[in-house]
Amino acid sequence: MLRFENVGLRYGLGPEVLRDLTFAIEPNSFQFLTGPSGAGKTSLLRLMFLALKPTRGLVRVFGRDILTLPQRELPGLRRRIGVVFQDFRLLDHMTTYENVALPLRVAGRDESSYRAEVVELLGWVGLGERLDALPLVLSGGEKQRAAIARALVAQPEMLLADEPTGNVDPQLARRILRLFVELHKSGTSVVIATHDIALMDLYDAKRLVLHEGRLHVYE
Amino acid sequence: MSAKHGAAPAERRDGREGAARKPAIPKAAGSKSKAAASGPTRRMGPIVPASSVSGNTLIMVIAIMTYLAALTVGAADLVRRTADDWARDVVRETTIQIRPAEGRDMDASVARAAEIGRSAAGVVDVRPYSKQETARLLEPWLGTGLSFDDLPIPRLVVLRLSGETPFDAVALKEKLEREVPGATLDDHRRFLDRLVAMARTIVWLGVGVLALMLTATVLSVVFATRGAMAGNRDIVQVLHFVGARDGYIAGQFQRRFLRLGLKGGLAGGIAAFLTFMVAGFTAEQGVGSAAVDQMDALFGRFQVGASAYAGVVAIVLLIAALTSITSRVTVYRTLRAMN
Ligand SMILES: Nc1ncnc2c1ncn2[C@@H]1O[C@H](COP(=O)(O)OP(=O)(O)O)[C@@H](O)[C@H]1O
Ligand SMILES: [Mg+2]
Repeated sequence: MLRFENVGLRYGLGPEVLRDLTFAIEPNSFQFLTGPSGAGKTSLLRLMFLALKPTRGLVRVFGRDILTLPQRELPGLRRRIGVVFQDFRLLDHMTTYENVALPLRVAGRDESSYRAEVVELLGWVGLGERLDALPLVLSGGEKQRAAIARALVAQPEMLLADEPTGNVDPQLARRILRLFVELHKSGTSVVIATHDIALMDLYDAKRLVLHEGRLHVYE
Repeated sequence: MSAKHGAAPAERRDGREGAARKPAIPKAAGSKSKAAASGPTRRMGPIVPASSVSGNTLIMVIAIMTYLAALTVGAADLVRRTADDWARDVVRETTIQIRPAEGRDMDASVARAAEIGRSAAGVVDVRPYSKQETARLLEPWLGTGLSFDDLPIPRLVVLRLSGETPFDAVALKEKLEREVPGATLDDHRRFLDRLVAMARTIVWLGVGVLALMLTATVLSVVFATRGAMAGNRDIVQVLHFVGARDGYIAGQFQRRFLRLGLKGGLAGGIAAFLTFMVAGFTAEQGVGSAAVDQMDALFGRFQVGASAYAGVVAIVLLIAALTSITSRVTVYRTLRAMN
């Protein structure tokens, strides 16, 4: 569902942050994307959710070459990908409920048609009591779960999470990992970027390791 | 591949075992549990927060622009209607004046002038004023009780023109001067023609000023939209990442700006209405005084017509529409530049 061939990325005139990446994310797969801080994990995720274009090489997302993809087809592809940002990117003027419902709202759906789903999903991630709270009053862990709920709400085929356990205690980290595993078992491809070795030891999965701009795959 | 979160999460917030609920899956039957069913109806807040757009400044600018544009429309309308009146009068009549002179037979001269006038092309009716009638015309200036027999009073012959058949003022003037001593054809026609032309120019100037003001309004909206987008960059990015189309994002900003445009436009329009009404009322107060009557005679009553009020309404709607469309176009352009 996602295929990289000889992909290179540089920011402006800087050095190549990613070099000769060739790999694929298969349907219904689970993988950790790891490497030391600054290795390029976030950059690689940005390529995967179409926020960046590679400086060289081929990136195909759901069979589409993103270099030749017309601008107007981007939203359609993005709706099939859920993203959990490292810094959450919740909108401060919206309640938890509104933030989580946003992907459905921008898809043009009527609020009454998804209210029940969103409320239920929020219950599922443990935010059932925080529907009307603004992000400013949420704890780090609550924001993390709201961000995850927003990424899941439109039932994406692929979920990308950037350091989803970076801001939470180990116990919550384990719960979040289990949530992703459940998601994977229900048919979603999951990519978790993390530099937390202890987290990866909790679940046996494929590891994509970034080192000096190159990617090494450990099944 | 279709995602089905069939299994319940291993962990639940309250930590209780069992009774695991399915995650929220839209089409999963039976998933509309009590929590969902009891969910209150939610009024969704705006996607672009009102506070993030420098709304008050823009409302002020739009209100001022609307006010000035409306005044321009009112003034141009007044001038246009006055010019139309003049033009109509000018077409309607012209006057032969015969100055008295020692030993001149005034009645004969008037009769001769009337005859010449009647034979001219384009004249439909000729009305010679008798001595008494002329005297009556002069009463307001000279008072009653004067014997006009003793005064050398000029005599008038008013010619009504058809307005359709061309009327050759120059030829008539020459003929009169040749055949009737002391007769002149009143030349106010040409003077009024020039006034009318000037009035038309003023109306076109008004249209030009209006166009400039609308342009300035559009530019202000462009700047305000760019500012709002820069201030809401995070929101725009998040909207993109959750799959919003450019049209959807543009629509969110457009909605905000349509509101601002309507608010500013209404404020400016209402102010213009009040100004028209006060000006009309003030003019009304002066009716009867000689100065105001003479003003009226020259410029028409300062009474803004229904057409000007309709013009103001049109300006308000136009400015609101311009604001909304401009913001939409600006958002599209900015989004394209962002990608
Ligand atoms: N927007 C950017 N502009 C320039 N350089 C960047 C940008 N984002 C990341 N980088 C650089 O790319 C490298 C990889 O960063 P990143 O992808 O954030 O790594 P990681 O997520 O693994 O910590 C770093 O050297 C970082 O400085
Ligand atoms: Mg990172």
